[in-house]
Amino acid sequence: MYDVIIIGGGVSGAASARELSRYKVKACVIEKEEDVCCGTSKANSAIAHAGYDAEPGSLMAKLNVRGNEMMEQLSKDLDFPFKRNGSLVVCLNEKDMPSLQELYKKGLANGVKGLRILTKEEVKEMEPNIVDNMYAALYAPSAGIVCPFNLNIALAENANANGIEFKFNTEVLDIKKIDEGFELYTNNGVIKTKYVVNAAGVYADKFHNMVSENKIHITARKGEYCLLDKSAGEHVSSTIFTLPNEFGKGVLVAPTVHGNLLVGPTADDIENKEGTNTTREGLDKVISQSALNVNNIPMRQVITSFAGLRAHEDGHEFIIGEVSDAKGFIDCAGIESPGLTSCPAIGEMVANILKEKLGLEENPDFVGTRKGILNPNTLSKEERIALIKEKPEYGNIICRCEMITEGEIIDAIRRPIGAKSLDGVKRRTRAGMGRCQAGFCSPRTMEILSRELGVSMFEITKSGGNSKIVVGTNKDTL
Amino acid sequence: MKSYDVVIIGGGPAGLAAAISSKKNGIDSILILERDKELGGILNQCIHNGFGLHTFKEELTGPEYAARFIEQVKELNIEYELNTMVMDISPDKVVTAMNRTEGLFEIKAKAIVLAMGCRERSRGALNIPGYRPAGIFSAGTAQRLVNIEGYMPGREVVILGSGDIGLIMARRMTFEGAKVKVVAELMPYSGGLKRNIVQCLDDYGIPLKLSHTVLDIKGKKRLEGITLAEVDSKGKPIPGTEEYYSCDTLLLSVGLVPENEISRGMGVEMNPITSGPNVNESLETSIEGVFACGNVLHVHDLVDFVSEEATTAGKNAAIYVKNGKERKSEGHEIMLNPIDGVRYTVPKNINVQRMDDSITVRFRVGGVYKNCYVSAYFDDERVIRRKRPVVAPGEMEEIKLTKEQLLKYPDLKTITVKIEEA
Repeated sequence: MYDVIIIGGGVSGAASARELSRYKVKACVIEKEEDVCCGTSKANSAIAHAGYDAEPGSLMAKLNVRGNEMMEQLSKDLDFPFKRNGSLVVCLNEKDMPSLQELYKKGLANGVKGLRILTKEEVKEMEPNIVDNMYAALYAPSAGIVCPFNLNIALAENANANGIEFKFNTEVLDIKKIDEGFELYTNNGVIKTKYVVNAAGVYADKFHNMVSENKIHITARKGEYCLLDKSAGEHVSSTIFTLPNEFGKGVLVAPTVHGNLLVGPTADDIENKEGTNTTREGLDKVISQSALNVNNIPMRQVITSFAGLRAHEDGHEFIIGEVSDAKGFIDCAGIESPGLTSCPAIGEMVANILKEKLGLEENPDFVGTRKGILNPNTLSKEERIALIKEKPEYGNIICRCEMITEGEIIDAIRRPIGAKSLDGVKRRTRAGMGRCQAGFCSPRTMEILSRELGVSMFEITKSGGNSKIVVGTNKDTL
Repeated sequence: MKSYDVVIIGGGPAGLAAAISSKKNGIDSILILERDKELGGILNQCIHNGFGLHTFKEELTGPEYAARFIEQVKELNIEYELNTMVMDISPDKVVTAMNRTEGLFEIKAKAIVLAMGCRERSRGALNIPGYRPAGIFSAGTAQRLVNIEGYMPGREVVILGSGDIGLIMARRMTFEGAKVKVVAELMPYSGGLKRNIVQCLDDYGIPLKLSHTVLDIKGKKRLEGITLAEVDSKGKPIPGTEEYYSCDTLLLSVGLVPENEISRGMGVEMNPITSGPNVNESLETSIEGVFACGNVLHVHDLVDFVSEEATTAGKNAAIYVKNGKERKSEGHEIMLNPIDGVRYTVPKNINVQRMDDSITVRFRVGGVYKNCYVSAYFDDERVIRRKRPVVAPGEMEEIKLTKEQLLKYPDLKTITVKIEEA
């Protein structure tokens, strides 16, 4: 019998697990995919929003601002890339100024620090590539950019190091209320637990509705993006937003924390909760709308495109707390943007609820820091030579585009909650994330995975399940 | 810091021929840096034949062709380092490299030959919509899996792009037991050599659909199928022409991109058309003593021409080391001006005093032209007019210029190369 089962290994689940690991608790994260960070958390704008969008007084507003504040220290404690690059909401003409003013006032009410409305001249000085026919912009210096993969992975690793279990490839099929708590029926058997944290992203309504008569409804709202080569990464330095509309914050143009340029997302409500396909219309929209605010985006430098699904709850608010008619079932639902930004605060809130309910004691062995995968590019030449001398695998480049060594890939595989697939290696090390999109390194990374995991090349997958890379040997069917 | 007269970046066909040429032109201190575990570059996975018809007047496989050069490198005692990645090169020719045994180390070079080759364009660069499952490979990656490692990437194959590697892989996958359903090409003409279309598709009954592209990719984990559609003259899909193909594998042969990250890093001036460096008659880049050849300079169809080009680069690197600033450089510079269907020329400019007795100017055309003329105008005077039954983007074209000819035009500023339709 577990004290707590957290359904979902995205940022909400992982942050909840990590905060919960501050206490003595028997808890486990269960995830239907083969790794953490496989849903909404892996395909988003990678932004730490300042917090001026959400309605004053809403939970979304509170957790956004709190999460943004926590992110910097968390990035140091857990060693993941984060940078406060600031954001600009661009107002193209004078008649839209009331909307910009409104945003400014909301930001003040939400407690966002350093907000200013900049004149056209000030904006152009800051961002020369912003379009000339603009009027003003709302500047938020506290906005940032973050590596969503390493944020998620760092939270999970740290939770695991502090005693939280993780079960992968485990899909919850049904939930039954029992006297002591809940029985979770999964493809890997029945799991009993006193408390459930429902951090299931676009599926959170499904699990909520299994235990509650007060139904909620979550729509998968698709966002499509294009990612550009690092040669385009300095096209803008801050995150450039358009004035928000009913479907969200519009198409943004932002540098990534790794030096690429990201444009997107669209916002289209879809039926299929697995519908992470990009579409011609969507990508065309990304291209045309990104040009509204920023000049000459070098779209020929696109290296990949992708789509993510926002978990949009009908009320457009985070639903975090015990379900009124299902004692012991803690929702963490409707976590759409600014969910990534808010996740440190979401985790804190969920853990506090559980601490109260379960009467948890502090975990005296809790270690709140974690070392990420060593990036040799951050070392001095002397340090790097010493490292290769000790561990020659750090002298062997596997991914030429991102200059990732065999040493980093081995580290990604061997560490707790390690990589098991090409995508797992990619999210942890960036091997395969560069301009050739794994054309060169994937056979080599497969060999390393095969060797390290002790499985044959036929078992190596792109992303778990049936995503096998090779299906047989030459002439085996002849 | 170690130092060499000539350091060659890359041990593929271009690097090997350049090294041999530098050696034969009197340089003993040569180092080839190769990132893979053996010399030969991409030729090692090109196990089909058809290599060497120009160079050796016989048909060799890729590994056999490479072996002829590797043997010479060994006989000539040219040094090489394998498993060694060049991290960067400074403008004053200090090469920073890394490998498992020596760690991170620097090498000072008097001359450098850039011979890094090219990489394949990926799905991402094409922005093909759909899911992102396993089963989508660039043709060269699949070629490596099959030819080097013996693994089948899939059973039912669709190929997008009719570049030579895609055509070769259509035949290879068929040999190895896969069903290749169709090769689709966005352009109204093939990007590959005519002989490959005949020998790799026609001979096996594999259909080639010109003016077609992949509209959608289905399958969340492993590829399940793709939708093809015909495109109009602007490359836009024509509604109603969609056709679904179930397949577990999509191979992409949609173009090659010279790998010039190191060249850019050292400040070499680049040509936006070729994505390779701008070079003069000596195949020297905008940085003195830095030469380029092979697919890093511009993408070739035939390795024979790579070897020929690299021989020129290696020789000129040797001349540069021997003569340095004393090299003939005064005098007459002629610019080449590609227009009217000619997309670029290699070289971009010619110093008549410094050039050999003759020079081959290579270029590609931007479309298919039938019964046309390849013409060269010396300023306003048409000097060369060569009839061609057909020219196409998939086949590199050339004109030859002689020193004797150019010396007759002491005031010549520009040679304009163009396609003239009959």
